[in-house]
Amino acid sequence: MQFMSLIMTVFPEWILTHGAASVVVVPLMFAVLTALNPNAKIAWATVLAVTALCVFTSLGLLLQVASHGPIHYNMGGWVPPLGIGYYVDGLNAPILLLISVVAFLCTIYALPSVAAEVEPKKKGPFYAAFLISFAGLLGMVVTADAFNVFVFLEVSSISTYVLVGMGASRDRRALTSSFNYLIMGSIGATFFVVGIGFLYMQTGTLNMMDIARVLQDIGPNDRVVQLAFAFIVIGLGLKLAMFPLHMWLPGAYAYAPSFFTAFLAATATKAALYLLLRFTFTVFDPSWDFVTTALMILLAGLGILGMLAASLQAIFQNDLRRVLAYSSVAQVGYMLLGIGMATTLGLTAGYLHMINHAMMKGALFIAAGAFWYRFGITQVCDMRGLGKTMPWTMAGFTLAGISLIGVPGTAGFVSKLTLVRAAAENGWWWAIGVIVVTSILAIVYIGRIIEQAYFQPVPEIDGKPVVRNEAPYTMLIPLWIMALSALAFGINAEWTTSLAEAAAHVLDAGPNTIIPGAHDVVPSVIGGH
Amino acid sequence: MSELFEHFNFAVVIVLMMVGLYVVFASNNMIKKLVGLSVFQTSVFLLYISMSNVDGGQPPIIAEEDLHVAEGGGHDVVADGVAEGAHQAAEVLYSNPLPHVLILTAIVVGVATLAIGLALVVRIREVYGTIEEDEIDALDYEINLEGAAE
Amino acid sequence: MSPHVILRVVSKLLIPLIALFALYVQFHGDFGPGGGFQAGVIFASAIILYALIFGLDEAKRAVPPSWVRLGMTLGVLIYGGTGVATWALGGEFLNYTVFAPESTHAAGQHWGIFAVELGVLFTVTSAMVAIFYAFGSRAPELTDEDW
Repeated sequence: MQFMSLIMTVFPEWILTHGAASVVVVPLMFAVLTALNPNAKIAWATVLAVTALCVFTSLGLLLQVASHGPIHYNMGGWVPPLGIGYYVDGLNAPILLLISVVAFLCTIYALPSVAAEVEPKKKGPFYAAFLISFAGLLGMVVTADAFNVFVFLEVSSISTYVLVGMGASRDRRALTSSFNYLIMGSIGATFFVVGIGFLYMQTGTLNMMDIARVLQDIGPNDRVVQLAFAFIVIGLGLKLAMFPLHMWLPGAYAYAPSFFTAFLAATATKAALYLLLRFTFTVFDPSWDFVTTALMILLAGLGILGMLAASLQAIFQNDLRRVLAYSSVAQVGYMLLGIGMATTLGLTAGYLHMINHAMMKGALFIAAGAFWYRFGITQVCDMRGLGKTMPWTMAGFTLAGISLIGVPGTAGFVSKLTLVRAAAENGWWWAIGVIVVTSILAIVYIGRIIEQAYFQPVPEIDGKPVVRNEAPYTMLIPLWIMALSALAFGINAEWTTSLAEAAAHVLDAGPNTIIPGAHDVVPSVIGGH
Repeated sequence: MSELFEHFNFAVVIVLMMVGLYVVFASNNMIKKLVGLSVFQTSVFLLYISMSNVDGGQPPIIAEEDLHVAEGGGHDVVADGVAEGAHQAAEVLYSNPLPHVLILTAIVVGVATLAIGLALVVRIREVYGTIEEDEIDALDYEINLEGAAE
Repeated sequence: MSPHVILRVVSKLLIPLIALFALYVQFHGDFGPGGGFQAGVIFASAIILYALIFGLDEAKRAVPPSWVRLGMTLGVLIYGGTGVATWALGGEFLNYTVFAPESTHAAGQHWGIFAVELGVLFTVTSAMVAIFYAFGSRAPELTDEDW
């Protein structure tokens, strides 16, 4: 506690009061300034400064939530449910920090990567679209108004479609992947907005806390409420790549520019998963029958199917980034399994895996981009001898890879162990079996890559072996920060586990109906400040 | 049957939604997919607007007489005057204006999505020479085979 | 006589009226249907009508693409700048009452909404015109079979 109040003195008052809004507003405003900027270096520096500021702000928000409790921020001074409120508590503060940190690290990585992959004239707008996507993700996480979620969901998705399409200069399949993602993503977002519409029909309000309050009065037997839940779960499920709604993910991750894939893989599905948690546990009541059935059968069941199917498919891919993309679908399956159990330990496991997976996948995709940057490598069979030609990069990849498998001492092991403990506590022995089987499958697809890199001879050009050509420092630093954090959070998982437990606590508390200052909503608020 | 006609708007919503989704799934041509997506999104707009309609309600624009009543109260009682005007206005039944605002936002989002989709289609046409999905798959077949083979 | 003379004469009459109507819709948003997005689209349609009748190059001379790019960013900056101004004056983001805290008839709200709607007008007009320019500038490569 004292340590935290000491740190809090570092943060200026203004950031703590307006932090919830500034994490969204600052990237948006600087996005338009970056779009106008013809100089790529200045654009990159602006993005770096903005993401650093967001890291600082979200850290301040996290510390404030840890010491003072949830933050309610009323946009425009209007108290919800009249106005839109932003709400930061133990569930979304770690995710804000996660998204900001990943964006910052990926921006360091972007300097050489974007220079190689995006045409010079388009770099300013490219960084601008990235900032808009970043702001959209942060907005999705921080808002407490259901329709505002849809707006930010679409803001981040539309900029993502553009950014995925920018990979076309490297591989023309980026265009069709982006189109596919556009169609599926728009259908998902529209399903979500239909769900919100049904909720509004029955409750008359859009603020999440107020909806929870009215739903408590309505009860679980109302068919419109059940329908709203179905639409919201499917809509969000499409965004978080729940099997079988994951078909957009391999193409989008494989052919987007590597900087953006690293960012997207580590953040987009996590934000959608947070929204699923928020809606299922704190808006709809998890003690209701239809919610429990959906959790156990739909989420956990599809999670299991996703784990098995995607891990199997990952084994048979030859494109490195497609392997990692299918692996992401499998990891989302782990998270859904944890959430589907709906027990405290299960929710902790799912949330912990979210945080750990972001670090691991970010490192893996950064390394994959570095391989392309130096040697133009996209296929696994071309990765022969990379252990000798790019030792540091490959070592970082290996570290993140063994964390993905779940070797003891790494972050992946901690979250998988928590998941196994949660399954055992719940009596789901078959789930433990599936977790073990998919870990073995992970050994196969990661092991295949490591075997190619370390145990195959270095390829020869004109009879001479390829010379060692390490990735530049701006690529190695974020790679190793993420890989080392995967290791560090495996050796000492106290901090991440405490964050996950705090989040599970918020979810266990059930529907959240508290809106401070909402009891006196009278039109006299106009002019009276 | 009479229920169907009482809730005719919602029946149309369902029909449009299903038609839009079917067109998205079943079309080979990318422009047709975008058209299907637009139809699907339009059905959602209709859903919101239908829900905002109040039986016997006026359009949600404060009528002139109520505004003048509010202004006529004098400077220091204007707050009361606004409340009085609101009270007068409350005696008139208005349709709910909030879903209209939500739909405006959703329309803008739909327009932006359509613009990006069409831009992608134009680029795909330039790069591949076709916008039929099966022809594009055929063109990418070799390179996809290489990516998935062992 | 050029076959398009009727179109040209009528559009020369109509385009200023369309632009005027766009401004009417913009400022009438407080009291009736209207506001930034609708006005922006109507204004953009005036420019697009000009481009359709008189040619894209003429339209690009009247409304240059650099202005359009500037307009998009200017609109967002006006909107965001209003919010930043409310921050600077001590309120939450976009709390318009801080613009005129002692007013009894919510003048601050009026000013705030006026400013943000202006921003929306700029952005929407520029975005629609930019989309039109982007699509219209692609030279079509239609082969004989396609015709």
